[in-house]
Amino acid sequence: MGVTELRPRTPAETALVSLAEAIGRDEDARRAAIEALRREGLPHRRIEAWHYTDLRNLMGRRLGQGQAIEAAAARKAGPAETVLAPLVAGSTVVDLDTPEHAAAPAGVTVAATDELSDWHEAPNHLDRSVDTVRLVNAAFGARAATISVEAGRALAAPIELRSGIGAQSHAAAKVAVGDGARAVFVERVEGGGSPAPSSLVSHLVIGDEADVLWIVDQAKEPGAAHLGQLNVTVGANASFRLFVLNAGGALVRQEVHATTTGEGSEIRMRGVNLLENDQHLDVTTTLRHTYANTTATETFRNVVMGGHGVFQGMIKVAREAQKTDAKMACNTLLLSEEGDFSAKPELEIFADDVQCGHGATAGEINADHLFYLMSRGIPAPQAKALLVKAFVDEMVEQLETDEAIADALTGKIDAWLEKNR
Amino acid sequence: MLEIKNLHARVADEGTEILKGVDLTVKDGEVAAIMGPNGSGKSTLSYILAGRDDYEVTEGDILYNGESILEMEPDERAASGLFLAFQYPLEIPGVATMTFLKTALNAQRKARGEAELMTPDFMRKVKAAAGELKIDAEMLKRPLNVGFSGGEKKRAEILQMALLEPKLCIMDETDSGLDIDALKIVADGVNALRSPERSFLVITHYQRLLDYIVPDTVHVLYKGRIIKSGDKDLALQLENEGYGQIIGEAA
Repeated sequence: MGVTELRPRTPAETALVSLAEAIGRDEDARRAAIEALRREGLPHRRIEAWHYTDLRNLMGRRLGQGQAIEAAAARKAGPAETVLAPLVAGSTVVDLDTPEHAAAPAGVTVAATDELSDWHEAPNHLDRSVDTVRLVNAAFGARAATISVEAGRALAAPIELRSGIGAQSHAAAKVAVGDGARAVFVERVEGGGSPAPSSLVSHLVIGDEADVLWIVDQAKEPGAAHLGQLNVTVGANASFRLFVLNAGGALVRQEVHATTTGEGSEIRMRGVNLLENDQHLDVTTTLRHTYANTTATETFRNVVMGGHGVFQGMIKVAREAQKTDAKMACNTLLLSEEGDFSAKPELEIFADDVQCGHGATAGEINADHLFYLMSRGIPAPQAKALLVKAFVDEMVEQLETDEAIADALTGKIDAWLEKNR
Repeated sequence: MLEIKNLHARVADEGTEILKGVDLTVKDGEVAAIMGPNGSGKSTLSYILAGRDDYEVTEGDILYNGESILEMEPDERAASGLFLAFQYPLEIPGVATMTFLKTALNAQRKARGEAELMTPDFMRKVKAAAGELKIDAEMLKRPLNVGFSGGEKKRAEILQMALLEPKLCIMDETDSGLDIDALKIVADGVNALRSPERSFLVITHYQRLLDYIVPDTVHVLYKGRIIKSGDKDLALQLENEGYGQIIGEAA
């Protein structure tokens, strides 16, 4: 038996553990996770996967004071104060806290489960021996639901996943989409938060020939912290499209880890990060190509009016994954001197017949484009707004989704741009 | 309409002087052609007229209907009736062509204190103008100039010009990259807009365009100065003799 050296915990780490303990339900089920959180603490900048999001330090600023913790512990997760309309009208809403109440459409099964996120396995190889997002999710006793769409079923309306809009919301979703089925899912991440982060960990299994669009709509209130993680496996000849919209929160990390589980699959990941004030927004992705003949394109566009943005994109191509075609891009519009953005693309290729590429750009509004619009009589502020909108709207266009979904996403983006003009 | 007086200008960030005393007057309803060899300052002149801030005017003035426009922003110049048809119209991904046209048109109307155009009226106007220029509806559904061929881009510029109804149209090498059929369509579009109240400054490298858009006056720009002016026969003379003869005379 080895002796584990127990590193002294920072006040923030101690506070986080007390907050987890203060939840006061399912003690036994959560015990191991709480102990692991106590033992491992929070990752910091010397842990490569968290280098640009030094969680220990950033949480320290939120959890440093005792009174904040007491206030947070006193607050209980309550029901949503207001009834939130779904992002896309007509969606089936599944509250992950009470999945049994969902009115599931034909061909869809929704059930509660007490299975916690497995934090022993880190989907990002650069993390520690534990996975931080899952660990927090489990230690705080995430409510979990399973959702399955039967093979061959094409859902007419999106399924929107929510979890307690109250202060402390921790949820997990295990979603399986059967062979040949078609479905759209929306993760709706809203609400305020205690100093401790809320969390949502999803697992999505996409069957062969299936077609899934998954939208992460993160619009937490200005002071909130959130840790999100989506784990996806994509079957043979299946299509997986992802859209991540980050338009809120104070400290947010959204991870996406996708793996191909068959040949011929197509992955299209798009995202828009909108940053203002002192926000810290982090999108970290891993794309694993493990079978031959798969295609992936990944593009994130960021508008920075302030704050700190992070994009980490890893593409891993296994030796067997010949003819992989994977392209990744991260483009940033820096519209303020108050903000910054860090982009870290990584390629790890073991196959010898592949096409992989990545590119990152950061800059101001294109002066030629601006002059062209102004030369047609459009005043500078209006011309700039048009160009910024065009820059991010392209991400929605590239999803090639139906109009209702595209309009819902551009509507949210427009509202943010309007507010920050 | 337009009076350019002893205009000197240089590239703003490196200081190279491009225009070295341009004098030119364009009357109401006049079609003036500016010709000249590569590097003579033709495109620079068009950019400076439109208000591009990459260039700095160091001396002289530009009067438009008697008033200096040097302090005006590009959008203010446009709203007052100035239009530049670009040599290389820009592709702007993500901006829908129709949105752009409507925004531009209404921004100009607003700046002039006119009521905004409602969508049905706007659509009718665009359809009519597009039909004349043989621009199909599919093209207008695309983002601005994205994926347009060279000829389509030039036709789209003329479409913008027809919709915005400017008073002074500056056309920068509109013929470049056009085959003969596209050239005729563009020239017909321009000729349809000719009127006693509208003037044109047609910048071109070759005489060919001037067979279709017949100018009232022709000016030769060389090393940042107008070295010779004449009528449409001057363009023919240049076509036959090249620039060498005239440059030699001026030297």
